Amino acid sequence: MKKQEEQDQILKDITQSDYEWGFETEVDTHALEKGLSEDTIRRISKLKEEPEYMLEFRLAAFAQWKKMGEPHWGHFDYAPIDYQDIIYYAAPQTKEDNPLAGVDPELLETFKKLGIELDEKKELPKVAVDAIMDSVSVKTMYSEDLAKQGIIFCSISEAIKNHPDLIKEYLGSVVPSGDNYFTALNSAVFSDGSFVYIPKGVRCPMELSSYFRINAKESGQFERTLIIADEGAYVSYMEGCTAPMRDKNQLHAAVVEIVVLKDAEVKYSTVQNWYPGDKEGRGGIYNFVTKRGICKGSRAKLSWTQVETGSAITWKYPSIILKGDHSTGEFYSVAVTNNHQQADTGTKMIHIGQNTSSTIVSKGVSAGESQNSYRGLVKIMPAAEGARNFSRCDSLLMGNRCGAHTWPDIQCQNRTAVVEHEATTSKISEEKLFYCRQRGLSEEDAVSLIVNGYAKDVLEQLPMEFAAEAQKLLSVSLEGSVG
Amino acid sequence: MLLEIKDLHASINGKQILKGVNLNVNRGEIHAIMGPNGNGKSTLASVIAGKEMFRVDGGQINYKGKNLFDLNVEERACEGIFLGFQYPVEIPGVSITSFMRAAVNQQRKYKGLDPMDTFAFMKYMEEKQALVGMTDKLANRSVNEGFSGGEKKKNEIFQMAMLQPELAILDETDSGLDIDALRIVAGGVNKLANKDNAVVVITHYQRLLDYIVPDFVHVLADGKIVKTGTKELAKELEVKGYDWLKDVTDK
Repeated sequence: MKKQEEQDQILKDITQSDYEWGFETEVDTHALEKGLSEDTIRRISKLKEEPEYMLEFRLAAFAQWKKMGEPHWGHFDYAPIDYQDIIYYAAPQTKEDNPLAGVDPELLETFKKLGIELDEKKELPKVAVDAIMDSVSVKTMYSEDLAKQGIIFCSISEAIKNHPDLIKEYLGSVVPSGDNYFTALNSAVFSDGSFVYIPKGVRCPMELSSYFRINAKESGQFERTLIIADEGAYVSYMEGCTAPMRDKNQLHAAVVEIVVLKDAEVKYSTVQNWYPGDKEGRGGIYNFVTKRGICKGSRAKLSWTQVETGSAITWKYPSIILKGDHSTGEFYSVAVTNNHQQADTGTKMIHIGQNTSSTIVSKGVSAGESQNSYRGLVKIMPAAEGARNFSRCDSLLMGNRCGAHTWPDIQCQNRTAVVEHEATTSKISEEKLFYCRQRGLSEEDAVSLIVNGYAKDVLEQLPMEFAAEAQKLLSVSLEGSVG
Repeated sequence: MLLEIKDLHASINGKQILKGVNLNVNRGEIHAIMGPNGNGKSTLASVIAGKEMFRVDGGQINYKGKNLFDLNVEERACEGIFLGFQYPVEIPGVSITSFMRAAVNQQRKYKGLDPMDTFAFMKYMEEKQALVGMTDKLANRSVNEGFSGGEKKKNEIFQMAMLQPELAILDETDSGLDIDALRIVAGGVNKLANKDNAVVVITHYQRLLDYIVPDFVHVLADGKIVKTGTKELAKELEVKGYDWLKDVTDK
């Protein structure tokens, strides 16, 4: 019969599941020295050969950032971040000077190890990938194929040079630089990211995807993504991320903006798997991300689906402004925390247009000594006649040293609106585990089965290419977390 | 001998529940364990299955000639011990089909067999569904979620059919069943019992034994088996109750 100590041991063992994406690529990196000043920003802009308007955008954001303070309302406990102790620009160097030689095979190998095949001839299920290492986009696939339909899929650096009209109109239009401390920082120093434009009435024929990889030591990653779906357009976009294991925390502060025009639809899926730190909570990525979309025109639809398993700290609230009448917003989230991870995540649904509707399904899973919080805002503005929201927030706890917290905020200013909120908290009980084990499943398989069942409503929303990976990731993240 | 229990003592939170149980079960036999509530029937089933909240204080259990205490819960399951639960738990979001597929393949792996492919599995499952009258609709629902008492028990018997245990222990499988459901469950058990396996039915009422005819009936009272007989004993209990047996043991 198992004694308490043995159970504790098992609990410790579980958390030993290794982070298999923690390798480092040996590649020459061109990096700026640590520290942040106006000069750093000018140098980033120059290195990227940016037009003047972009430098002005950055400097204005930097001026705002200097006046702001780091927000501390999240449910976190972490050592202060020294913003002068971070490298703000790091680019893997191609061995050949000739750009026609293409991408360094070392980098292709890195992405291959991560399961991303950047060879257009080899990729079987057609997914166009923009692979981003540290501060630069390594390769964007199928750009030419897509261009034939008027679709623009490129790195944001290229878009800044080649599509200034779109950038000037939309960059910062959903997430203004001064929105918060981290958006100001990102707007000042962002180095790369993806840009997508789907023209009127075009249904993007393949999944678009960005893969973000932090490789360089002591560097931060500040990527910027902008997606525009013109009237009647459709696109499904996926985002994945990993980083090497390092014992020092690394900062990741990204901004994602999505503009959905009349009758258009955007599905945005994330599998976030940044390095979460070791069992004792050393190292790991600080993930401070602002994601927001706007349903600008009538009947526009935007859906966020996220599977969050990584990062030491996750601060992230993908939000939707429902401006167009009859527009729809959806947020599906599974956030898993183990060991010493801390996640404070949720969403904001701002109903402005008439008959707008939103759905929120949030599933938190906490194990080890982690803290997992849901923070959500549903705001119905006075003009939002007939607005409708349904929220469901569930928490699942494993063991007795973790925490789950829920802070839902509902502000309703229209009498005709209907807002529903459901919440549950449950534990993976001994009874459930015993039932599964009595049928022959190991403890770990049982946990994986139960958690995947619990998260099913969210996993079902993921594109096929992602769903299997996400399921596996959930199991690995929780390996041995039975107490 | 399939199962041999010798002088088994077990407790929970320091409270003694089993106080020297002796029981022998051979292949091809059906045993019924009866007795008043709270006297250790379910505890005995849980200890055989390996539930860790119970502490074994003494005695031994040999199963297929092995010391059962050397095996953990899932190993016992893979060795052919099946427990039909009195209160089956719900597993939201996991269909009976995927639950059974995981369990069947895990048990095959333990035995060194390849996992069943989708088609073979679906065909196998269809056969077993027919045996216990489980509809596709039910099989596609999440395990026990929102099931009626009868559906839950039917699901237990279905799982027994799928896993083909050598020793099936059915803990109060008849509780909460109407007469039609009782017939279906008992019919399933009768179809599954054969010369190579053994069934131990734990029940409070004689009612189930109208449909499942046991070779042996045991009375478990105050942590011990106080009387063993044939199916006639069950009928006697129905008339006389359990008190007369308690008096016997007290003396």
